[in-house]
Amino acid sequence: MNHDVAVVGAGPAGLATAVTAARAGCRVALLDSAPRLGGQFWRHGASESSGREHQAWSVFAALRADLLDSEVDYTAAAAVWFVESTPDGFRLQVTGHPPVRARRLVVATGAYDRALPFPGWDLPGVVTPGAAQALLKGSGVAVGARVVVAGAGPFLLPVATGLLAAGARVAGVYEAGEPLRYARRPGAIALGKLAEAARYAATLARHRVPYRTGHAVVAAHGESAVSSVEVGRLDRHGAVVSGSRRSIGCDAVTVGYGFTPQLELPLALGCGTWLDVDGSLVLEVDVAGRTTVPGVYAAGEVTGVGGADLALTEGRLVGAVVALASGRRSPYPDSVLTRMLDRRASQRRFARLMHEVHAPPAGWPSWLDDSTLVCRCEEVPLARVRAAVTDLGATDARTVRGLCRTGMGWCQGRTCGYATAALTARLGGRALTAADLVAYARRPIAQPVPLAELAGPADQSGGKRYRPA
Amino acid sequence: MSDVLVVGAGIVGAACAYYLSRAGVRVTVLDAGPIAGGTSSSGEGNLLVSDKPPGPELDLALRSARRWEEIAEDLGADPIEYERKGGLMVAGTAAEQERVAALAAGQRAVGVAVTELAGDRLADYEPRLVGGLAGGAYYPQDAQVQPMLATAHLLRGLDVRCGTRVEAIETGPGGAVIGVRAAGATRLRADAVVNATGVAGGELAATAGTRLPIAPRRGFILVTAPVAGSPIRHKVYAAGYLGGVASDDAGLQSSLVVEGTKAGTVLIGSSRERVGFDPAYPLPVLRRIAAQAVALFPFLAAVPVLRAYRGFRPYTPDHLPVIGPDPRVPGLWHACGHEGAGIGLAPATGALIADLVTGADPGFDPAPFSLARFT
Ligand SMILES: Cc1cc2nc3c(=O)[nH]c(=O)nc-3n(C[C@H](O)[C@H](O)[C@H](O)COP(=O)(O)OP(=O)(O)OC[C@H]3O[C@@H](n4cnc5c(N)ncnc54)[C@H](O)[C@@H]3O)c2cc1C
Ligand SMILES: Cc1cc2nc3c(=O)[nH]c(=O)nc-3n(C[C@H](O)[C@H](O)[C@H](O)COP(=O)(O)OP(=O)(O)OC[C@H]3O[C@@H](n4cnc5c(N)ncnc54)[C@H](O)[C@@H]3O)c2cc1C
Repeated sequence: MNHDVAVVGAGPAGLATAVTAARAGCRVALLDSAPRLGGQFWRHGASESSGREHQAWSVFAALRADLLDSEVDYTAAAAVWFVESTPDGFRLQVTGHPPVRARRLVVATGAYDRALPFPGWDLPGVVTPGAAQALLKGSGVAVGARVVVAGAGPFLLPVATGLLAAGARVAGVYEAGEPLRYARRPGAIALGKLAEAARYAATLARHRVPYRTGHAVVAAHGESAVSSVEVGRLDRHGAVVSGSRRSIGCDAVTVGYGFTPQLELPLALGCGTWLDVDGSLVLEVDVAGRTTVPGVYAAGEVTGVGGADLALTEGRLVGAVVALASGRRSPYPDSVLTRMLDRRASQRRFARLMHEVHAPPAGWPSWLDDSTLVCRCEEVPLARVRAAVTDLGATDARTVRGLCRTGMGWCQGRTCGYATAALTARLGGRALTAADLVAYARRPIAQPVPLAELAGPADQSGGKRYRPA
Repeated sequence: MSDVLVVGAGIVGAACAYYLSRAGVRVTVLDAGPIAGGTSSSGEGNLLVSDKPPGPELDLALRSARRWEEIAEDLGADPIEYERKGGLMVAGTAAEQERVAALAAGQRAVGVAVTELAGDRLADYEPRLVGGLAGGAYYPQDAQVQPMLATAHLLRGLDVRCGTRVEAIETGPGGAVIGVRAAGATRLRADAVVNATGVAGGELAATAGTRLPIAPRRGFILVTAPVAGSPIRHKVYAAGYLGGVASDDAGLQSSLVVEGTKAGTVLIGSSRERVGFDPAYPLPVLRRIAAQAVALFPFLAAVPVLRAYRGFRPYTPDHLPVIGPDPRVPGLWHACGHEGAGIGLAPATGALIADLVTGADPGFDPAPFSLARFT
């Protein structure tokens, strides 16, 4: 069947898009690689009770009920591994399912944690906050018994309180940014956000969890797994203040510096991108969520990391926009649409402030030593990345990949792409560019797919025996 | 001031610069982008004699094979990942095996080392190959390098200016080359310019008022997830490969090469299409390459593909590169159009350019590569 619109990603943005467009009468296909609805924010386990302690669970429950009530053609465990534009729209290849065709495409594929390397980050027990959170939300398990939570961004707080709720001890929360700077722009923060932050702060205080700003985990130590981390105070440039390092015992540490939007599908279609203030590569969209490629829309983290509330707002807007583009009536009166546009503008302003406050500390490369692995899959140490630039003449991140294999292994640069690109720029004495990041984000095959599935139906492959082409 | 400006920092420009500077010539290399940012970073690094029938290209490939060995001694084999891995050509049918045998006989006569194999011997070389193949041939001289590393190491220590697009080759009142004009209106002066701009060769030549018939031929490669235990030991080609290399059909051809890498991934290449610079990744092409690989190595069926990438081979109407002086513009030299063999052919190309520019005797007749053949 040919759909009016295919939505990829069933997180806050994709769910809201699908429900809104379907309410307006569109034939909608919704695809997500996860086994259940909700995306990263509302990730939950199989049991009925699972997830009730999530933020804004009632919003999710309502969206889910609307979705189940609607005619949306939702497929779970459906990873989109390839997208093509066709004369009448788009065709998506989906692992384990038949291809999906639609006239319009909405990209709501969200983001994953952005990691920065540091000595010892390849030890077992060092995880991203997203991975810790996914374990917690998906199966109710804490990553460790005594956990250090570090990195930058408001996301550290729900991770820490989630771990506490699951019975883990949190040995400290180390935020590299300076959240006090929020106070200088009070108007930008919605009251709800302040209340939320206050609740987290109260929980941390109740459990006597130290909360330090301007601090970072700069090394992890241990034999077969992490047993301690080194925490240091950062100066204005993000370098460690001498004499400020101290050791903290733990059996797990979560470290993440914001998020990296997942852009394989729009990049394969040629959508334009730009470098957001947080250093993320994001899609270029207009006020209606249209990308630079006709028929391709985007909502949520892929248009700029900004959190679940913004993702919901954008999803609703884009749902209305694709409905109108499909010749349906708007699901909202104009006054509501105007209010949504205003809300999005203020949520974007807040996101911008958040990025300024929680920017990855510029001096992070000074925490590394020559043997620190930048790319874990291919075991590429800092020294080789530096040699590619200073000795072999690489001037951009793509050439660095070709000369020292960063991003060529399992993760295809999902983990090391940002760090390699930032290091390359720094070693070359210039600023990071979108082109550096595109080199590590472009993956025409968006998800790993078995060769047999890529090859297509058996009758096309010429059978088992080799036949001349 | 340099004696020679080499335009293009791909494998061919790098080899030209390497041999020119060893001949005592002062060289400056200019590239619009980074080093090895063109076709040299978007193909594979097979250094093959097996896929070439007797003729000028095979002669050049054999010369190049010897030069790659010397380069590996000079620069070190490990830094450029040079490896004499050997290649296994396999034939599906008796008719194909006859063609393989005929090719091998001709190649042997001009100095290629090759052993013909009956179908039941193939498993000694590649235990995981599909059963029931008719036969094949083993080529111990087939080798490989990592093209980007090789380019970077050949260029090491030379004057290389990245991010310098050459907008025009400039000639003096007598029509001879006086230098180039680069982006930002900078002018570089030299009596000799080597055009090593790969698929852009025709465009650059046109700025000097001369014609070089070079067009792109698109190709795709698949990379799998790492597989444990090095299941594929050599380069393995299906005999249909030859058809793909030498055909004039504009449509899709895929000439299969499957090989394991040190990192454990398997590289599967590659297709050939004449579709201009079409940037698309058409699924039917990727499907075809995947299907051929699975047919040859059934265990690959379950192995995930991590990546597909694409390149544009610079090709000429007769599929031979253009190497030598431009007959119309004194001081302009071309080293372009190596199609799917530029990595393999780069050292012999660079050495030939160095000999011709310095007036040394190359020791063989370069006429088959002369631009004069198209005029
Ligand atoms: C691991 C993790 C945990 C988080 N936990 C919290 C938290 O506790 N509190 C908080 O405030 N914020 C949290 N965040 C941030 C928050 O999740 C985001 O702000 C919000 O989810 C963004 O919504 P979205 O719809 O844009 O994307 P997402 O919620 O990320 O949804 C994107 C969906 O797209 C799917 N997808 C991606 N690519 C494909 C493909 N090729 N084929 C099919 N499906 C695909 C994914 O499976 C995913 O379900 C978390 C983020 C991450 C990465
Ligand atoms: C899929 C595929 C597989 C392949 N496999 C093999 C293989 O296994 N073995 C093999 O031998 N060959 C192989 N090849 C072919 C090989 O890659 C090419 O023949 C070779 O890279 C050509 O090198 P080059 O230096 O001529 O061109 P390029 O590497 O493209 O270099 C040309 C350079 O010129 C620069 N340039 C262009 N215009 C200008 C200008 N105006 N000013 C300044 N700079 C400019 C470009 O930026 C570029 O860096 C393959 C090719 C493909 C596509």
